[in-house]
Amino acid sequence: MTDHIVRSFAQELQRLSNLITQMGGVAEAQVDAAVKAVGRRDVTLATQVMQADQRIDAYERDIDAEAIRLLALRQPLAQDLREIVSALKISSDLERIGDYASNIAKRSLALAQVPAVRPVVAVPRMGRLVEAIMKDVLDAYIERDVAKAIAAWERDEELDDLYTSLFREVLTYMMEDPRTITPCTHLLFMAKNLERIGDHATNIAETIHFLVVGAPLRVERPKSDGSSFAVVTPSSDNDSDRTGQA
Amino acid sequence: MSVQTQFPTASAPLRSATGGPLLKMVARDVKVFYGAKQALKGIDLEIQENRVMALIGPSGCGKSTFLRCLNRMNDTIENCRVEGLIALDGEDVYGHAIDAVQLRARVGMVFQKPNPFPKSIYDNIAYGPRIHGIATHRDELDEIVQTSLERAGLWNEVKDRLREPGTGLSGGQQQRLCIARAIAVSPEVILMDEPCSALDPIATAHIEELIDELRENYTIVIVTHNMQQAARVSQKTAFFHLGEMVECDDTEEIFTNPRDERTQGYITGRYG
Repeated sequence: MTDHIVRSFAQELQRLSNLITQMGGVAEAQVDAAVKAVGRRDVTLATQVMQADQRIDAYERDIDAEAIRLLALRQPLAQDLREIVSALKISSDLERIGDYASNIAKRSLALAQVPAVRPVVAVPRMGRLVEAIMKDVLDAYIERDVAKAIAAWERDEELDDLYTSLFREVLTYMMEDPRTITPCTHLLFMAKNLERIGDHATNIAETIHFLVVGAPLRVERPKSDGSSFAVVTPSSDNDSDRTGQA
Repeated sequence: MSVQTQFPTASAPLRSATGGPLLKMVARDVKVFYGAKQALKGIDLEIQENRVMALIGPSGCGKSTFLRCLNRMNDTIENCRVEGLIALDGEDVYGHAIDAVQLRARVGMVFQKPNPFPKSIYDNIAYGPRIHGIATHRDELDEIVQTSLERAGLWNEVKDRLREPGTGLSGGQQQRLCIARAIAVSPEVILMDEPCSALDPIATAHIEELIDELRENYTIVIVTHNMQQAARVSQKTAFFHLGEMVECDDTEEIFTNPRDERTQGYITGRYG
């Protein structure tokens, strides 16, 4: 696409896009730090994550203000209009991602007060996947690369699978030893938060599709979060067939 | 005057191949030459009934030329030659059976600068119906004047000074007077060439509101340089560039997701 005749408009759009990129970087770092805080039982790191959430909120306010100003003063159309609407949508997804990261950090404080439970290793595993998806989605935004956005969007299915299996594992664990209910419940919420972060990342991928192509992504995303249907029943013999799915 | 008619008995379909509303006017392969210079290079366009069609494009792209073909205003221009088919209700407007003066009563026009006659407000409206023999009696004329001014949203502002000169009104009122004058002869199509470019935002808002109301009874084709205006008032938008019609689509599509790079470049203010 050729340049705007009014250069200041092009600069303002670029600035908006840069703000999204920066905000995305901060959100990525927040998720990464929150997951690390869980794995390392690092209370200081967790506290830092919780405090840094306001940086993400500040980005969202800046982006909102800039987008509204551009809408009012420039009356954007076509690609420019989609650029601004997309910035608004992506910033609100990133803000939610920040909230989830902060919540994971908060729960890690509770987790650090009780003895470690085995299923906690699933958090870094889910974290790695969700971070990879976020990275691809943010790269796709910077490069305006629809194919990359869709590829990341499809990977969310893996995350849902991981979440479902973790859900069942944690339920089983709690049944075996009711003393683990407190840490395991926090774990379940953390896993749910990571799963929701994945959903917001797929929202961003869909917004990138709209931004570049001009039309919404019409295909249904393969959903495989089966945790809503999972039932785990206590079994008398303690071998493999502990978990079942309704 | 040297207008050549290529298809004296040609006609056009009343509906688009894909269905949809009635086609009030249809242009097929319309070419216009001013002497040796070709201003339009084969325009195909379908204008739906009771819709507002906006024609946009850079200066000199041919949109006003095209607009003037629709009611044969180009007939009066020396060396202007029109080829192709322009049909009103399926009938070729350049055909032998069509009288240009009658055609312009059916396809009215409002210009960029308000151009009221140097007559009273009343006579500005009554002039057309009188010469077209639409009304002869005084009370008939009175009624036409009142309904036309009402439809143009001007009645309440001028009903007590109908004998005062039309040129004494404000710019926005003058433009609405011109619209009332166009309506007075009961046209089917109203062509508007930059009707708001000389008006302030409030007067513009009045005209835009009026265009929206007029759509119920008339088909409107408007040329505008104001993208936001095209977006606000029209249902269909056609983008003209260098004598070609580049793209015509639902207005929403044109302004959110135009298909052609040239359209995108123009409406977003980029170098083409």
